[in-house]
Amino acid sequence: MQIFTCPFCGPRDEREFHFAAEAGKTRPDTTRQIDPETWATYLHAQRNDKGRTREVWMHLPCSELFLMERDSVTMEVFSTHPLRKEPQ
Amino acid sequence: MTRYSAFTLFREGLRGHKGWSKAWRSPEPKPEYDAIVIGGGGHGLATAYYLAKNHKITNVAVLEKGWLGGGNTGRNTTVIRSNYFYPESAALYDFGVKLYEGLSRDLNYNIMFSQRGMIVTAHSEHDMEMAARQTNAMRLNGVDAELLDRDQVLKRIPLANTRPDCRHPIHGGVLQPRAGTGRHDAVAWGLARAADSRGVDIIQNCEVQGFITEAGRCVGVETSLGPIRAGVIGAATAGHSSVIAQMAGLQLPITSYALQAFVSEPLKPVMDTVWLAPPFGTYFSQSDKGGLVIGGGLDRVPSYGQRGNLPMQETVLAGLAEMVPALAKVKLLRHWAGIVDVTPDSSPIIGPSGLDGLYLNCGWGTGGFKSIPVGGSLLAHLMATGQHDPLSQPFDLTRFPTGRLIDEGAASGIAH
Repeated sequence: MQIFTCPFCGPRDEREFHFAAEAGKTRPDTTRQIDPETWATYLHAQRNDKGRTREVWMHLPCSELFLMERDSVTMEVFSTHPLRKEPQ
Repeated sequence: MTRYSAFTLFREGLRGHKGWSKAWRSPEPKPEYDAIVIGGGGHGLATAYYLAKNHKITNVAVLEKGWLGGGNTGRNTTVIRSNYFYPESAALYDFGVKLYEGLSRDLNYNIMFSQRGMIVTAHSEHDMEMAARQTNAMRLNGVDAELLDRDQVLKRIPLANTRPDCRHPIHGGVLQPRAGTGRHDAVAWGLARAADSRGVDIIQNCEVQGFITEAGRCVGVETSLGPIRAGVIGAATAGHSSVIAQMAGLQLPITSYALQAFVSEPLKPVMDTVWLAPPFGTYFSQSDKGGLVIGGGLDRVPSYGQRGNLPMQETVLAGLAEMVPALAKVKLLRHWAGIVDVTPDSSPIIGPSGLDGLYLNCGWGTGGFKSIPVGGSLLAHLMATGQHDPLSQPFDLTRFPTGRLIDEGAASGIAH
Protein backbone atom coordinates (compact mmCIF):
# COMPACT_ATOMS: atom_id res chain seq x y z
CA MET A 1 0.00 0.00 0.00
CA GLN A 2 1.39 3.38 -0.97
CA ILE A 3 1.32 6.39 1.33
CA PHE A 4 0.63 9.84 -0.14
CA THR A 5 1.01 13.02 1.88
CA CYS A 6 -1.90 15.43 1.87
CA PRO A 7 -0.49 18.94 2.47
CA PHE A 8 -3.34 19.54 4.91
CA CYS A 9 -3.80 16.18 6.69
CA GLY A 10 -0.37 14.53 6.46
CA PRO A 11 0.54 11.01 5.32
CA ARG A 12 -2.47 8.85 4.39
CA ASP A 13 -3.35 5.63 2.61
CA GLU A 14 -3.46 5.88 -1.23
CA ARG A 15 -7.12 4.82 -1.24
CA GLU A 16 -8.05 8.22 0.24
CA PHE A 17 -6.78 10.03 -2.86
CA HIS A 18 -8.24 10.72 -6.27
CA PHE A 19 -6.31 11.79 -9.38
CA ALA A 20 -8.01 14.88 -10.80
CA ALA A 21 -6.01 16.22 -13.75
CA GLU A 22 -2.64 17.16 -15.15
CA ALA A 23 -1.39 20.44 -13.71
CA GLY A 24 -0.74 23.53 -15.79
CA LYS A 25 -3.70 23.67 -18.14
CA THR A 26 -5.14 27.13 -18.70
CA ARG A 27 -8.82 27.44 -19.48
CA PRO A 28 -9.43 29.37 -22.71
CA ASP A 29 -11.18 32.72 -22.32
CA THR A 30 -14.76 31.61 -22.90
CA THR A 31 -16.14 35.15 -22.77
CA ARG A 32 -14.77 35.35 -26.32
CA GLN A 33 -15.54 33.08 -29.27
CA ILE A 34 -13.05 30.20 -29.37
CA ASP A 35 -12.63 27.68 -32.14
CA PRO A 36 -13.55 24.01 -31.60
CA GLU A 37 -9.92 22.85 -31.89
CA THR A 38 -8.77 25.07 -29.02
CA TRP A 39 -11.66 23.95 -26.85
CA ALA A 40 -11.11 20.25 -27.69
CA THR A 41 -7.41 20.61 -26.90
CA TYR A 42 -8.24 22.15 -23.53
CA LEU A 43 -10.81 19.47 -22.71
CA HIS A 44 -9.07 16.36 -23.95
CA ALA A 45 -5.37 16.70 -24.91
CA GLN A 46 -2.95 15.31 -22.33
CA ARG A 47 0.83 15.44 -22.02
CA ASN A 48 0.55 12.00 -20.37
CA ASP A 49 4.25 12.20 -19.47
CA LYS A 50 6.30 9.07 -18.87
CA GLY A 51 8.55 9.84 -15.91
CA ARG A 52 8.28 13.02 -13.87
CA THR A 53 4.74 14.44 -13.76
CA ARG A 54 2.91 17.36 -12.12
CA GLU A 55 -0.70 16.58 -11.32
CA VAL A 56 -3.68 17.89 -9.39
CA TRP A 57 -5.02 15.37 -6.87
CA MET A 58 -7.80 15.46 -4.30
CA HIS A 59 -7.61 14.10 -0.79
CA LEU A 60 -11.18 12.79 -0.50
CA PRO A 61 -11.72 13.03 3.29
CA CYS A 62 -10.83 16.75 3.40
CA SER A 63 -11.88 17.42 -0.24
CA GLU A 64 -8.85 19.66 -0.80
CA LEU A 65 -7.16 19.76 -4.18
CA PHE A 66 -3.38 19.90 -4.18
CA LEU A 67 -0.40 19.58 -6.50
CA MET A 68 1.62 16.36 -6.53
CA GLU A 69 4.92 15.82 -8.30
CA ARG A 70 5.68 12.15 -8.83
CA ASP A 71 7.22 9.66 -11.24
CA SER A 72 4.69 7.83 -13.40
CA VAL A 73 7.01 4.83 -13.86
CA THR A 74 8.42 4.23 -10.38
CA MET A 75 5.44 5.80 -8.49
CA GLU A 76 7.92 7.71 -6.31
CA VAL A 77 6.37 10.91 -4.91
CA PHE A 78 8.70 13.92 -4.92
CA SER A 79 6.50 16.55 -3.32
CA THR A 80 2.95 17.66 -2.55
CA HIS A 81 1.88 21.28 -2.06
CA PRO A 82 -1.29 23.30 -1.70
CA LEU A 83 -2.29 24.77 -5.06
CA ARG A 84 -2.16 28.33 -3.69
CA LYS A 85 1.51 27.87 -2.84
CA GLU A 86 2.45 26.26 -6.14
CA PRO A 87 6.15 26.98 -6.79
CA GLN A 88 6.68 29.00 -9.97
CA MET B 1 8.68 -21.32 -44.37
CA THR B 2 7.53 -24.78 -43.27
CA ARG B 3 3.79 -25.09 -43.64
CA TYR B 4 2.28 -26.31 -40.40
CA SER B 5 -0.10 -29.27 -40.64
CA ALA B 6 -0.95 -32.51 -38.91
CA PHE B 7 1.25 -34.25 -41.48
CA THR B 8 4.36 -32.10 -40.84
CA LEU B 9 3.86 -32.50 -37.09
CA PHE B 10 3.69 -36.28 -37.51
CA ARG B 11 6.71 -36.32 -39.82
CA GLU B 12 8.80 -34.16 -37.46
CA GLY B 13 7.73 -36.36 -34.56
CA LEU B 14 9.37 -39.28 -36.32
CA ARG B 15 12.49 -37.21 -37.14
CA GLY B 16 13.06 -35.93 -33.60
CA HIS B 17 11.75 -32.45 -34.45
CA LYS B 18 14.98 -31.51 -36.24
CA GLY B 19 13.38 -30.21 -39.44
CA TRP B 20 11.57 -27.13 -38.15
CA SER B 21 12.79 -23.80 -39.50
CA LYS B 22 12.69 -20.53 -37.56
CA ALA B 23 9.23 -18.96 -37.59
CA TRP B 24 10.66 -15.58 -38.61
CA ARG B 25 14.04 -14.06 -39.50
CA SER B 26 15.93 -11.45 -37.46
CA PRO B 27 17.25 -9.17 -40.21
CA GLU B 28 19.40 -6.06 -39.88
CA PRO B 29 17.37 -2.94 -40.67
CA LYS B 30 17.70 -1.56 -44.20
CA PRO B 31 18.29 2.22 -44.57
CA GLU B 32 14.91 2.72 -46.22
CA TYR B 33 11.50 1.02 -46.45
CA ASP B 34 8.22 1.75 -48.20
CA ALA B 35 6.49 1.59 -44.83
CA ILE B 36 7.51 1.39 -41.18
CA VAL B 37 5.26 0.18 -38.39
CA ILE B 38 6.27 1.26 -34.88
CA GLY B 39 5.42 -1.39 -32.30
CA GLY B 40 5.81 -5.16 -32.58
CA GLY B 41 2.74 -6.10 -30.60
CA GLY B 42 -0.39 -7.60 -32.08
CA HIS B 43 -1.62 -4.40 -33.73
CA GLY B 44 1.77 -3.56 -35.28
CA LEU B 45 2.34 -7.08 -36.58
CA ALA B 46 -1.23 -7.24 -37.92
CA THR B 47 -0.67 -3.90 -39.69
CA ALA B 48 2.44 -5.27 -41.42
CA TYR B 49 0.66 -8.51 -42.28
CA TYR B 50 -2.33 -6.74 -43.85
CA LEU B 51 -0.06 -4.25 -45.67
CA ALA B 52 1.54 -7.26 -47.36
CA LYS B 53 -1.60 -9.34 -47.79
CA ASN B 54 -4.28 -6.80 -48.71
CA HIS B 55 -2.18 -4.03 -50.29
CA LYS B 56 0.84 -5.94 -51.67
CA ILE B 57 3.25 -3.63 -49.85
CA THR B 58 6.00 -5.97 -48.65
CA ASN B 59 9.00 -3.64 -48.25
CA VAL B 60 7.93 -3.05 -44.65
CA ALA B 61 9.72 -2.97 -41.29
CA VAL B 62 8.17 -3.53 -37.87
CA LEU B 63 10.26 -1.81 -35.18
CA GLU B 64 9.91 -3.17 -31.66
CA LYS B 65 11.81 -1.71 -28.69
CA GLY B 66 11.66 -4.97 -26.71
CA TRP B 67 10.52 -8.40 -27.82
CA LEU B 68 7.51 -9.39 -29.92
CA GLY B 69 4.26 -9.32 -28.02
CA GLY B 70 6.02 -8.29 -24.80
CA GLY B 71 3.68 -5.39 -24.07
CA ASN B 72 -0.07 -5.63 -23.79
CA THR B 73 -0.28 -8.48 -26.31
CA GLY B 74 1.30 -10.69 -23.67
CA ARG B 75 -0.46 -9.03 -20.73
CA ASN B 76 -4.19 -9.31 -21.43
CA THR B 77 -6.93 -11.76 -20.50
CA THR B 78 -7.37 -12.96 -24.12
CA VAL B 79 -11.09 -12.16 -24.38
CA ILE B 80 -12.45 -11.61 -27.89
CA ARG B 81 -15.97 -10.09 -28.13
CA SER B 82 -18.08 -7.43 -29.85
CA ASN B 83 -20.83 -6.73 -27.30
CA TYR B 84 -20.86 -2.97 -27.84
CA PHE B 85 -23.74 -0.51 -28.00
CA TYR B 86 -23.26 2.07 -30.74
CA PRO B 87 -23.46 1.13 -34.45
CA GLU B 88 -19.95 2.47 -35.16
CA SER B 89 -18.41 0.31 -32.43
CA ALA B 90 -20.49 -2.74 -33.25
CA ALA B 91 -19.37 -2.59 -36.89
CA LEU B 92 -15.73 -2.15 -35.89
CA TYR B 93 -15.46 -4.80 -33.18
CA ASP B 94 -17.66 -7.34 -34.95
CA PHE B 95 -15.45 -7.13 -38.02
CA GLY B 96 -12.62 -7.86 -35.57
CA VAL B 97 -14.39 -10.99 -34.32
CA LYS B 98 -15.02 -12.09 -37.91
CA LEU B 99 -11.33 -11.69 -38.76
CA TYR B 100 -10.45 -13.72 -35.65
CA GLU B 101 -12.87 -16.44 -36.77
CA GLY B 102 -10.78 -16.99 -39.91
CA LEU B 103 -7.36 -16.11 -38.49
CA SER B 104 -5.97 -19.58 -37.66
CA ARG B 105 -6.59 -20.74 -41.23
CA ASP B 106 -5.46 -17.41 -42.70
CA LEU B 107 -2.13 -17.49 -40.81
CA ASN B 108 -1.61 -21.28 -40.92
CA TYR B 109 -1.11 -20.95 -37.14
CA ASN B 110 -3.51 -22.20 -34.48
CA ILE B 111 -4.45 -19.16 -32.40
CA MET B 112 -6.88 -21.36 -30.41
CA PHE B 113 -9.85 -19.01 -30.74
CA SER B 114 -12.45 -20.78 -28.63
CA GLN B 115 -15.94 -19.29 -29.07
CA ARG B 116 -17.16 -20.31 -25.64
CA GLY B 117 -19.42 -17.28 -25.27
CA MET B 118 -19.39 -14.37 -22.85
CA ILE B 119 -22.07 -13.54 -20.30
CA VAL B 120 -22.53 -10.14 -18.69
CA THR B 121 -24.80 -10.75 -15.73
CA ALA B 122 -27.67 -8.57 -14.47
CA HIS B 123 -28.22 -8.29 -10.73
CA SER B 124 -31.50 -6.41 -10.28
CA GLU B 125 -34.77 -5.76 -12.14
CA HIS B 126 -33.26 -2.50 -13.42
CA ASP B 127 -30.18 -4.33 -14.63
CA MET B 128 -32.49 -6.71 -16.52
CA GLU B 129 -34.09 -3.76 -18.33
CA MET B 130 -30.65 -2.49 -19.31
CA ALA B 131 -29.67 -6.02 -20.36
CA ALA B 132 -32.72 -6.18 -22.65
CA ARG B 133 -31.76 -2.80 -24.11
CA GLN B 134 -28.19 -3.99 -24.68
CA THR B 135 -29.40 -7.22 -26.31
CA ASN B 136 -31.72 -5.30 -28.61
CA ALA B 137 -29.01 -2.79 -29.54
CA MET B 138 -26.59 -5.56 -30.39
CA ARG B 139 -29.16 -7.41 -32.50
CA LEU B 140 -30.11 -4.22 -34.35
CA ASN B 141 -26.41 -3.80 -35.11
CA GLY B 142 -26.23 -7.34 -36.50
CA VAL B 143 -24.26 -8.80 -33.57
CA ASP B 144 -25.36 -12.08 -31.97
CA ALA B 145 -26.89 -11.60 -28.52
CA GLU B 146 -29.26 -13.51 -26.25
CA LEU B 147 -31.07 -12.33 -23.14
CA LEU B 148 -30.80 -15.03 -20.46
CA ASP B 149 -32.93 -15.46 -17.34
CA ARG B 150 -31.52 -16.61 -14.01
CA ASP B 151 -31.91 -20.32 -14.71
CA GLN B 152 -30.25 -20.02 -18.10
CA VAL B 153 -27.28 -18.20 -16.55
CA LEU B 154 -26.93 -20.76 -13.75
CA LYS B 155 -27.06 -23.59 -16.27
CA ARG B 156 -24.06 -22.09 -18.06
CA ILE B 157 -22.25 -21.02 -14.87
CA PRO B 158 -23.07 -23.69 -12.28
CA LEU B 159 -20.33 -22.31 -10.02
CA ALA B 160 -22.08 -18.96 -9.51
CA ASN B 161 -23.06 -17.82 -6.05
CA THR B 162 -26.69 -18.85 -5.38
CA ARG B 163 -26.75 -18.28 -1.63
CA PRO B 164 -29.96 -16.58 -0.50
CA ASP B 165 -27.93 -13.94 1.36
CA CYS B 166 -25.53 -13.13 -1.50
CA ARG B 167 -24.79 -9.49 -2.06
CA HIS B 168 -25.73 -9.28 -5.76
CA PRO B 169 -28.10 -12.11 -6.71
CA ILE B 170 -28.17 -13.04 -10.40
CA HIS B 171 -31.36 -12.07 -12.22
CA GLY B 172 -30.17 -12.93 -15.72
CA GLY B 173 -27.67 -11.69 -18.26
CA VAL B 174 -26.64 -10.93 -21.83
CA LEU B 175 -24.87 -13.70 -23.71
CA GLN B 176 -22.78 -13.18 -26.83
CA PRO B 177 -22.35 -16.75 -28.11
CA ARG B 178 -19.60 -15.89 -30.64
CA ALA B 179 -17.36 -14.25 -28.03
CA GLY B 180 -14.57 -16.26 -26.48
CA THR B 181 -10.87 -16.45 -25.77
CA GLY B 182 -7.75 -16.91 -27.88
CA ARG B 183 -4.11 -17.73 -27.29
CA HIS B 184 -2.43 -14.34 -27.00
CA ASP B 185 1.16 -15.37 -27.76
CA ALA B 186 0.00 -17.41 -30.73
CA VAL B 187 -1.68 -14.31 -32.20
CA ALA B 188 1.62 -12.39 -32.03
CA TRP B 189 3.75 -15.28 -33.25
CA GLY B 190 1.32 -16.33 -36.00
CA LEU B 191 1.09 -12.78 -37.34
CA ALA B 192 4.89 -12.35 -37.14
CA ARG B 193 5.47 -15.61 -39.03
CA ALA B 194 2.90 -14.80 -41.70
CA ALA B 195 4.19 -11.22 -42.17
CA ASP B 196 7.81 -12.39 -42.29
CA SER B 197 6.98 -15.02 -44.92
CA ARG B 198 5.58 -12.24 -47.12
CA GLY B 199 8.84 -10.28 -46.85
CA VAL B 200 8.27 -8.02 -43.84
CA ASP B 201 11.39 -7.29 -41.73
CA ILE B 202 10.66 -7.69 -38.02
CA ILE B 203 13.32 -5.87 -36.04
CA GLN B 204 13.35 -6.40 -32.28
CA ASN B 205 15.35 -4.42 -29.72
CA CYS B 206 15.06 -1.34 -31.95
CA GLU B 207 13.61 1.63 -30.10
CA VAL B 208 12.22 4.60 -31.98
CA GLN B 209 13.70 7.77 -30.46
CA GLY B 210 12.49 10.50 -32.82
CA PHE B 211 11.03 11.37 -36.19
CA ILE B 212 12.85 12.67 -39.26
CA THR B 213 10.78 15.40 -40.89
CA GLU B 214 11.40 17.19 -44.17
CA ALA B 215 9.24 20.11 -45.32
CA GLY B 216 6.67 19.29 -42.63
CA ARG B 217 6.36 15.63 -43.63
CA CYS B 218 7.52 12.67 -41.60
CA VAL B 219 10.00 10.74 -43.78
CA GLY B 220 11.63 8.39 -41.29
CA VAL B 221 12.54 7.56 -37.73
CA GLU B 222 15.61 7.88 -35.53
CA THR B 223 16.16 4.60 -33.73
CA SER B 224 18.59 2.98 -31.32
CA LEU B 225 20.00 1.22 -34.43
CA GLY B 226 20.33 4.44 -36.46
CA PRO B 227 18.05 6.40 -38.80
CA ILE B 228 15.60 4.50 -41.03
CA ARG B 229 13.67 6.29 -43.77
CA ALA B 230 10.19 5.35 -44.95
CA GLY B 231 7.49 6.46 -47.37
CA VAL B 232 4.82 6.19 -44.70
CA ILE B 233 4.83 5.44 -40.98
CA GLY B 234 2.21 3.91 -38.71
CA ALA B 235 2.34 3.80 -34.92
CA ALA B 236 0.65 1.03 -32.95
CA THR B 237 2.17 1.61 -29.54
CA ALA B 238 -0.82 1.32 -27.14
CA GLY B 239 0.04 2.70 -23.68
CA HIS B 240 3.13 4.46 -25.03
CA SER B 241 1.30 6.34 -27.81
CA SER B 242 1.65 9.65 -25.95
CA VAL B 243 5.44 9.12 -25.79
CA ILE B 244 5.55 8.59 -29.58
CA ALA B 245 3.23 11.60 -30.09
CA GLN B 246 5.53 13.82 -28.01
CA MET B 247 8.40 12.91 -30.37
CA ALA B 248 6.23 14.19 -33.21
CA GLY B 249 5.36 17.38 -31.30
CA LEU B 250 1.75 16.28 -30.75
CA GLN B 251 -0.53 15.72 -27.77
CA LEU B 252 -3.20 13.04 -27.79
CA PRO B 253 -6.46 12.73 -25.84
CA ILE B 254 -5.01 9.72 -24.01
CA THR B 255 -4.17 8.91 -20.42
CA SER B 256 -2.11 5.79 -19.68
CA TYR B 257 -3.18 3.56 -16.81
CA ALA B 258 -2.12 0.17 -15.48
CA LEU B 259 -4.61 -2.64 -15.98
CA GLN B 260 -4.02 -5.72 -13.84
CA ALA B 261 -4.78 -9.36 -14.49
CA PHE B 262 -4.28 -12.59 -12.58
CA VAL B 263 -3.97 -16.27 -13.32
CA SER B 264 -4.59 -18.98 -10.75
CA GLU B 265 -3.02 -22.38 -10.22
CA PRO B 266 -4.36 -24.93 -12.75
CA LEU B 267 -7.70 -26.50 -11.83
CA LYS B 268 -9.82 -29.19 -13.40
CA PRO B 269 -12.39 -27.72 -15.82
CA VAL B 270 -14.88 -25.65 -13.83
CA MET B 271 -15.81 -22.82 -16.19
CA ASP B 272 -16.44 -22.97 -19.93
CA THR B 273 -17.53 -19.43 -20.68
CA VAL B 274 -16.39 -15.87 -19.93
CA TRP B 275 -18.34 -14.17 -17.14
CA LEU B 276 -18.33 -10.46 -16.30
CA ALA B 277 -20.27 -9.31 -13.22
CA PRO B 278 -20.60 -5.52 -13.50
CA PRO B 279 -21.29 -4.80 -9.78
CA PHE B 280 -17.81 -6.09 -8.98
CA GLY B 281 -16.10 -5.10 -12.23
CA THR B 282 -14.54 -8.58 -12.15
CA TYR B 283 -14.55 -11.11 -14.97
CA PHE B 284 -12.91 -14.48 -15.47
CA SER B 285 -12.58 -17.48 -17.73
CA GLN B 286 -10.57 -20.70 -17.60
CA SER B 287 -7.65 -21.31 -19.91
CA ASP B 288 -7.00 -24.62 -21.64
CA LYS B 289 -4.19 -25.24 -19.15
CA GLY B 290 -6.73 -24.97 -16.34
CA GLY B 291 -5.73 -21.63 -14.84
CA LEU B 292 -8.47 -19.15 -14.07
CA VAL B 293 -7.73 -15.93 -15.94
CA ILE B 294 -9.11 -13.04 -13.92
CA GLY B 295 -9.42 -9.38 -14.81
CA GLY B 296 -11.11 -6.23 -13.60
CA GLY B 297 -11.05 -2.44 -13.76
CA LEU B 298 -8.21 0.03 -14.17
CA ASP B 299 -5.92 1.27 -11.46
CA ARG B 300 -7.17 4.85 -11.15
CA VAL B 301 -3.67 6.34 -11.14
CA PRO B 302 -1.97 7.36 -14.40
CA SER B 303 0.95 4.99 -14.75
CA TYR B 304 3.68 3.68 -17.03
CA GLY B 305 4.87 1.14 -14.42
CA GLN B 306 3.94 -2.31 -15.73
CA ARG B 307 2.75 -3.59 -12.36
CA GLY B 308 -0.45 -3.11 -10.45
CA ASN B 309 -1.31 -1.62 -7.10
CA LEU B 310 -2.83 -3.39 -4.14
CA PRO B 311 -6.20 -1.62 -3.73
CA MET B 312 -7.41 -2.70 -7.18
CA GLN B 313 -6.03 -6.20 -6.63
CA GLU B 314 -8.16 -6.45 -3.50
CA THR B 315 -11.25 -5.13 -5.33
CA VAL B 316 -10.97 -7.60 -8.21
CA LEU B 317 -10.26 -10.65 -6.08
CA ALA B 318 -12.91 -9.75 -3.49
CA GLY B 319 -15.32 -9.57 -6.43
CA LEU B 320 -14.31 -13.03 -7.60
CA ALA B 321 -14.76 -14.48 -4.11
CA GLU B 322 -18.29 -13.05 -4.00
CA MET B 323 -19.15 -14.21 -7.54
CA VAL B 324 -17.94 -17.74 -6.80
CA PRO B 325 -17.32 -18.37 -3.08
CA ALA B 326 -15.94 -21.82 -3.96
CA LEU B 327 -12.93 -20.12 -5.58
CA ALA B 328 -11.99 -18.06 -2.52
CA LYS B 329 -9.18 -20.45 -1.52
CA VAL B 330 -7.70 -20.88 -4.99
CA LYS B 331 -4.08 -19.71 -5.10
CA LEU B 332 -2.78 -17.23 -7.63
CA LEU B 333 0.07 -18.30 -9.84
CA ARG B 334 0.94 -14.99 -11.45
CA HIS B 335 -0.21 -11.39 -11.47
CA TRP B 336 0.81 -8.60 -13.83
CA ALA B 337 -0.23 -5.30 -15.39
CA GLY B 338 -0.14 -3.74 -18.82
CA ILE B 339 -0.21 -0.04 -19.69
CA VAL B 340 -3.40 0.83 -21.51
CA ASP B 341 -4.19 4.00 -23.48
CA VAL B 342 -7.55 5.32 -22.36
CA THR B 343 -9.45 7.95 -24.35
CA PRO B 344 -12.25 10.20 -23.01
CA ASP B 345 -14.93 8.09 -24.76
CA SER B 346 -13.28 4.65 -24.36
CA SER B 347 -13.15 4.30 -28.15
CA PRO B 348 -9.98 3.93 -30.21
CA ILE B 349 -8.17 6.52 -32.30
CA ILE B 350 -7.47 5.45 -35.87
CA GLY B 351 -6.37 7.99 -38.45
CA PRO B 352 -3.87 10.68 -39.45
CA SER B 353 -1.84 11.92 -36.48
CA GLY B 354 -1.57 15.60 -37.40
CA LEU B 355 1.98 15.11 -38.70
CA ASP B 356 1.90 14.39 -42.44
CA GLY B 357 3.04 10.83 -43.19
CA LEU B 358 2.37 9.48 -39.67
CA TYR B 359 -0.79 7.50 -38.92
CA LEU B 360 -2.07 6.29 -35.56
CA ASN B 361 -3.77 3.17 -34.28
CA CYS B 362 -4.15 3.62 -30.53
CA GLY B 363 -6.58 4.42 -27.73
CA TRP B 364 -8.00 0.90 -27.55
CA GLY B 365 -7.67 1.17 -23.80
CA THR B 366 -8.55 -2.09 -22.10
CA GLY B 367 -9.84 -3.71 -25.30
CA GLY B 368 -6.80 -3.95 -27.53
CA PHE B 369 -6.42 -7.72 -27.81
CA LYS B 370 -9.84 -8.40 -29.34
CA SER B 371 -9.22 -5.74 -31.96
CA ILE B 372 -5.76 -6.81 -33.14
CA PRO B 373 -6.81 -7.96 -36.64
CA VAL B 374 -9.28 -5.13 -37.23
CA GLY B 375 -6.91 -2.44 -35.89
CA GLY B 376 -4.11 -3.78 -38.06
CA SER B 377 -6.21 -4.02 -41.20
CA LEU B 378 -7.54 -0.46 -40.79
CA LEU B 379 -4.11 1.06 -40.12
CA ALA B 380 -2.75 -0.84 -43.12
CA HIS B 381 -5.57 0.60 -45.27
CA LEU B 382 -4.74 4.14 -44.11
CA MET B 383 -1.02 3.71 -44.71
CA ALA B 384 -1.50 2.17 -48.15
CA THR B 385 -4.18 4.52 -49.48
CA GLY B 386 -3.98 7.64 -47.32
CA GLN B 387 -7.76 7.30 -46.92
CA HIS B 388 -10.00 5.99 -44.19
CA ASP B 389 -11.89 2.76 -44.59
CA PRO B 390 -15.57 3.52 -43.79
CA LEU B 391 -15.16 1.42 -40.60
CA SER B 392 -12.38 3.62 -39.20
CA GLN B 393 -13.74 7.04 -40.29
CA PRO B 394 -15.80 7.64 -37.10
CA PHE B 395 -12.71 6.96 -34.96
CA ASP B 396 -10.63 9.75 -36.48
CA LEU B 397 -9.10 12.36 -34.15
CA THR B 398 -11.53 14.93 -35.63
CA ARG B 399 -14.28 13.50 -33.41
CA PHE B 400 -12.89 15.52 -30.50
CA PRO B 401 -13.28 19.04 -31.99
CA THR B 402 -16.61 18.12 -33.61
CA GLY B 403 -17.90 16.51 -30.40
CA ARG B 404 -19.02 13.33 -32.17
CA LEU B 405 -17.68 11.08 -29.41
CA ILE B 406 -18.56 7.38 -29.36
CA ASP B 407 -18.98 6.99 -25.63
CA GLU B 408 -18.81 3.25 -25.11
CA GLY B 409 -17.50 3.70 -21.56
CA ALA B 410 -20.93 5.02 -20.63
CA ALA B 411 -23.05 3.00 -23.08
CA SER B 412 -22.01 -0.62 -22.99
CA GLY B 413 -21.64 -0.96 -19.22
CA ILE B 414 -18.53 -3.09 -19.59
CA ALA B 415 -15.39 -2.49 -17.60
CA HIS B 416 -13.17 -0.44 -19.91
